[in-house]
Amino acid sequence: MKKLLVLSLVAFLIAAFASCGGSNNSESTTDETSEAEASKTEIGNPSYDPHRGEGKFTSVELGATIDLAKADLGDKVAKVKCTSCHKTTNEKLVGPGWSGVTQRRKPEWIMNFITNTDVMIDKDPEMQAQLELCLVRMPNQNLSDQDARNLLEYMRKNDGVK
Amino acid sequence: MKINSKYVQGVAAFALLISMNACKPKDAGSVVSGDAASKVYVAPGKYDEYYNFVSGGFSGQLSVYGLPSGRLLRVIPVFSVDPEKGWGYSEETKPMLNTSHGIVPWDDLHHVSMSQTNGEIDGRWAFANGNNTPRVARIDLGTFRTSEILELPNSGGNHSSPFITENSEYIVAGTRFSIPPDDKNGDIPINTYKDNFKGTISFVSVDKENGNMDVAFQIQGPGVNFDLSHAGKGKSNGWFFFSTYNTEQASTLLEVNASKRDKDFIMAVNWKLAEKLIKEGKGRKQKTKYASNRFDDNTHTATSTIKTEVTVLDMKDHPGLVYMIPCPKSPHGCDVDPTGEYIVGSGKLAALIPVFSFDKIQKAIAEKAFDGVYDGIPVIKYEAALYGEVKKPGLGPLHTEFDDKGNAYTSMFVSSEVVKWNVKELKVLDRVPTYYSVGHLMIPGGDSKKPTGKYLVAYNKITKDRYLPTGPELSQSAQLYDISGDKMQLLLDFPTIGEPHYAQGVAASVIKDRSVKFFKIEENTHPYVAKGEGEAKVFRQGNKVHINLTLMRSHLTPDNIEGIKVGDEVYFHTTNLEQDWDVPHGFAIKGALNSELLVMPGETTTLKWVPLKAGMYPMYCTDFCSALHQEMSGYVRVSPAGSNVPISFSTGTNLAKSDAPVPNTKK
Repeated sequence: MKKLLVLSLVAFLIAAFASCGGSNNSESTTDETSEAEASKTEIGNPSYDPHRGEGKFTSVELGATIDLAKADLGDKVAKVKCTSCHKTTNEKLVGPGWSGVTQRRKPEWIMNFITNTDVMIDKDPEMQAQLELCLVRMPNQNLSDQDARNLLEYMRKNDGVK
Repeated sequence: MKINSKYVQGVAAFALLISMNACKPKDAGSVVSGDAASKVYVAPGKYDEYYNFVSGGFSGQLSVYGLPSGRLLRVIPVFSVDPEKGWGYSEETKPMLNTSHGIVPWDDLHHVSMSQTNGEIDGRWAFANGNNTPRVARIDLGTFRTSEILELPNSGGNHSSPFITENSEYIVAGTRFSIPPDDKNGDIPINTYKDNFKGTISFVSVDKENGNMDVAFQIQGPGVNFDLSHAGKGKSNGWFFFSTYNTEQASTLLEVNASKRDKDFIMAVNWKLAEKLIKEGKGRKQKTKYASNRFDDNTHTATSTIKTEVTVLDMKDHPGLVYMIPCPKSPHGCDVDPTGEYIVGSGKLAALIPVFSFDKIQKAIAEKAFDGVYDGIPVIKYEAALYGEVKKPGLGPLHTEFDDKGNAYTSMFVSSEVVKWNVKELKVLDRVPTYYSVGHLMIPGGDSKKPTGKYLVAYNKITKDRYLPTGPELSQSAQLYDISGDKMQLLLDFPTIGEPHYAQGVAASVIKDRSVKFFKIEENTHPYVAKGEGEAKVFRQGNKVHINLTLMRSHLTPDNIEGIKVGDEVYFHTTNLEQDWDVPHGFAIKGALNSELLVMPGETTTLKWVPLKAGMYPMYCTDFCSALHQEMSGYVRVSPAGSNVPISFSTGTNLAKSDAPVPNTKK
């Protein structure tokens, strides 16, 4: 009888603890999943495609030759939003130089990275490694899709595409 | 026998407990029940349910709290300078504090009203009054910044303000201190108050699109003190109600001389009629001088315009425009219930709360149930306007808020309590103590057509022993109550900035998704913006030197500046090139006699600097921005007046000869 009492007491305590844990979401708080939490996945997550990156761009059509009008617009965007930290040579400033980037990276990866920066820094193993060198997370500069495409064209021009 | 003695001890202990409680009925332990903590706990990373915009009183600022946690989210500088944010110090914000008296760097912010659509808080703007040098301010709830400050002419202190009509057509301002009008000689004996002093209320229009405020018209009448006000709503929309005191028209020892009459007045103003009279050209143009200051989010710059004329309607010249309703003993609060039918006047020296009926007021006007005139204004018979009285509610009734169940909550300053009563039945339902000397109350939506019924906050004037002592000056405080049940329950104390007066609250969802995250650099039209480091430059115009400087993690451009001379006025026009949320940069330079700057992403703002002696002056980013924040710095070289060091500026290239890089042969 006594044993039973103890057992039931233990059970009661466990139940009480469990319910305490469950009631963390008190009524008074609005339930919002933080963005950072949602985007944090294990490195090596098989759902992450290191060639395409992650973001809204799945395939980017490139012309055989350079679109000079687009490249010029991209140059303008770069001067306002990018060149404080990136040189067009291979010299590192705050971030790495741009020279050769269109050969190292797929166009989809570039456009995803410059528009979905935070998520890709968290997920891309190479960006994680780069962060250890640069120590400054590349900020999201809120480029429009068009800005991003023009910037890509400017990077191609910078890499010598005619 | 043993049992007996135990029994006796128990009873004694119980009696002791009771008697202790009886001696100290306001001991917090006796009023806070066990589940209070869980009701105010907002877990780390979770959001509060309500925004609470609280007047900062003599701090001149507006504070933003989260409810139910009572966490302070932000202090928005409004009427007082704030060197932390450069408010009132940066070249762009100085004009915001301009008045007809010049720059007034402080005021006394008492009341907050949020913009409404159809009688519900719409979350676009908050308005606030400046009680000292009469002003009203508009705070943009996208940027959480003060967008506009308007000075009020013919006013001696703006207290009954900035209460708002149900579609934000107008906010009002009533002078607390009557004065001779601005176009009359004010250099007259004070004791000619009755003959020469006028009481003026202002109707300030609010532009539907951009919120811009203008003094649409003023209504002028006898010299009295206007205290508080509220707009009619629903059936009483089109009317505005103001409490008055000092209808004795005393100008000295008001404490005695303004408390003689048994009744002062609630003043009812037909503002729809006033609008019509103004349209018909019945207003009188009067010369005056007042400042209208507006901030532009594209130029990131304020402009101050001095206006010289205002349109006035004289109360006694326009029958039907204004009526006086007798209200016992120097009424303070003047509050209208959600239906618009009941107008609650709180006679702060009365032992009852009179409730007036809008329908009865209309009937009394139609039937001319008047009790004489006051300075040419008809006085409605007390009984003809009265719905009923709440008897013996407590001592010193001040302010009333409403819930969604037909109840009213009135603060009792003298007896330090909140009294809940049913509006229709005029019956007291519950009372709870406050700690101590409660002033205003706030229920989210509590003065709108759609009040909520979950929380009430009491804003107290005195805290005494409620917090750890901090010397002679103690924190003011707010107290949160759960009002969802029949009985009010005290949940939480939290300290406030300045002295809290009125406040507003709204569900977080109305505001949070509209919050601006950064300013788009493409839309920046500041004349000295540098859109990219390529546009950063230093140029001289006489003894003025302009520095268009960019801020980006983690360097300033330029960060080496030479050629500044003693006697120069240097303007650092700093542009933050970041385009993401929560990456402000700061800017400070040694010896600046004004402040620092905090520059939001995409914004340009300017610090004026007048170096007084030659030497080397470091400048740096004050807002920890990145792992290399400590590196975000630079130098300004100042040479003596008349020196011929040329202007030069650079970032990363001004190297000692021995450090010059080996030319890069790779592309």
